[in-house]
Amino acid sequence: MNIDIIGLLTVFVLSVFVGYEVISKVPSTLHTPLMSGTNAVHGIIIIGSIDILSSSHGPVQIALGVIAVFLATLNVVGGFVVTDRMLEMFSVKKPSVKSVEKTEESPKQ
Amino acid sequence: MIATEISIETAIRIAYLLAAICFILALRGLSSPKSARSGNLIGAGGMLIAVGMTFSHGIHNLVYIIPAIIVGIVVGVPAARFVKMTAMPQMVAVFNGVGGGAAAVVSYSEFIHSSDVHSFAIYQIVEVLLGVIVGCVSFSGSVIAFAKLQELMTGRPVTYPFQQLINGIVALGILALAFAVIFSPHTSFLLVIGILALLFGIAFVLPIGGADVPVLISLLNSFTGLAVAASGFALNNTLLVVAGTLVGASGTLLTQMMSKAMGRSLPNILFSAFGSVTATSEGASAEARPVRSSTPEDLAVLLAYARKVVIVPGYGLAVAQAQHTIRELSDELKKRGVEVFFAIHPVAGRMPGHMNVLLAEANVPYDELKEMDEANPEFSTTDVALVVGANDVVNPAAHDSPGSPIYGMPILHVDDANAIIFLKRSMRPGFAGIENELLYNPKTTLLFGDAKDSLTKLVSAVKAQ
Repeated sequence: MNIDIIGLLTVFVLSVFVGYEVISKVPSTLHTPLMSGTNAVHGIIIIGSIDILSSSHGPVQIALGVIAVFLATLNVVGGFVVTDRMLEMFSVKKPSVKSVEKTEESPKQ
Repeated sequence: MIATEISIETAIRIAYLLAAICFILALRGLSSPKSARSGNLIGAGGMLIAVGMTFSHGIHNLVYIIPAIIVGIVVGVPAARFVKMTAMPQMVAVFNGVGGGAAAVVSYSEFIHSSDVHSFAIYQIVEVLLGVIVGCVSFSGSVIAFAKLQELMTGRPVTYPFQQLINGIVALGILALAFAVIFSPHTSFLLVIGILALLFGIAFVLPIGGADVPVLISLLNSFTGLAVAASGFALNNTLLVVAGTLVGASGTLLTQMMSKAMGRSLPNILFSAFGSVTATSEGASAEARPVRSSTPEDLAVLLAYARKVVIVPGYGLAVAQAQHTIRELSDELKKRGVEVFFAIHPVAGRMPGHMNVLLAEANVPYDELKEMDEANPEFSTTDVALVVGANDVVNPAAHDSPGSPIYGMPILHVDDANAIIFLKRSMRPGFAGIENELLYNPKTTLLFGDAKDSLTKLVSAVKAQ
């Protein structure tokens, strides 16, 4: 048990550094999509929710488990779909912030 | 038999490692415009791997799990798919809140599933406590943030007597009960802690108002990440720890970047009941002062014969769904040889980058959107600055009145332009509730009305020139 907690702590500390480093330079244009994207990633609680519901017995535990799985599913699908919709808007255009050449007039609708 | 057990266990661990790698790549991808969309897809792929693998080993209660997931998808996908782009910020708040709620329920369940909670080591109880407390705060806080943005309640800071004291007492209550649970593990204590944490989340968000709500959502997002990481500790699940921590850390950094873009510090945002003081002291004198307003026809002349027009869009533009009309206006002006570009404040709209999304949706070419640093030097050579539904982001109080709550926030220097046109619904102050001196500037002309109506009239008036 003690080995597990130390292992998890190691993973935790390293993840803090990775999390900080990996998004060091983000243009303000992308702050909203990035927030939404990280929002989708913590939807990973869905696997915890499934595990909990899987090991539930009795109505109270099962009800709580069902709530957890439902909420986590909302988090996952909502997070990724919203992020994709935001980014869809960017990818229609030239995605680089400072495109040197004049972009051709994008087709209407 | 034992051999296959081990190999399944190993396969799951490898799959979780793959998923963790996907999440890291997703975050990196999302930090750059070129790779953002594929980054998001990689993240979704990682999620799919993780969920698929979870089902691969003896899962019980499938009769409950599958329907819960299906209902989640049936509710979540259309909500995310069809919500208006302007309502995006509150949608992110909701999807964040439910994640926090799930983490709290998972941590709580882990505790009540144990037949003998007295066998829990202290660190295990602490893990459960963190998951429940942080998850609950994130859940109820997100609900209030949603209500504020959706205008189900006032967007202004809500303050009441002894607010700090009451918050302090609730926090102390949570802490005291937490110690009680550590030394005498009772599920009823934990339940009360959860309820107190829900209350604390509400109390924490109520005094945060207006323009600060997006920063708050980002902060709650990193809270949820930490709650998920705490559940990961409680469940002994490495992937939950990795993914939750990634979000917690990057979310914290993102929150700092956002508050920096607004020129404010995070503690200032969280604890200063933004805007409440100035709004009351200046509100009374606002109506009496004269402003200059005009007709669409007159303003069309001003625009049509300008050499350079800078459009400053704000949230009012988005609310009126006028993105497409403003593009028509800019096209019409360009046809007449007018140089037009859009100056985008980092927090235009309600979230950083929100306005870029809205204008991109209306097919405004990317190279016509200039960010603040790029746009500001241009105003001195600008004939007309057209401010549509923006207010706080052009308010000169941010650099010349130290008493103002937005003092120090970087703004667009619209007052350098030769002429300023404001399209406004009324004289009501902006989202932050602060009077804008610029409206009384002799260079300023106002056109009252719904942004879309006003723009439509301007377009046809310009065409008639």
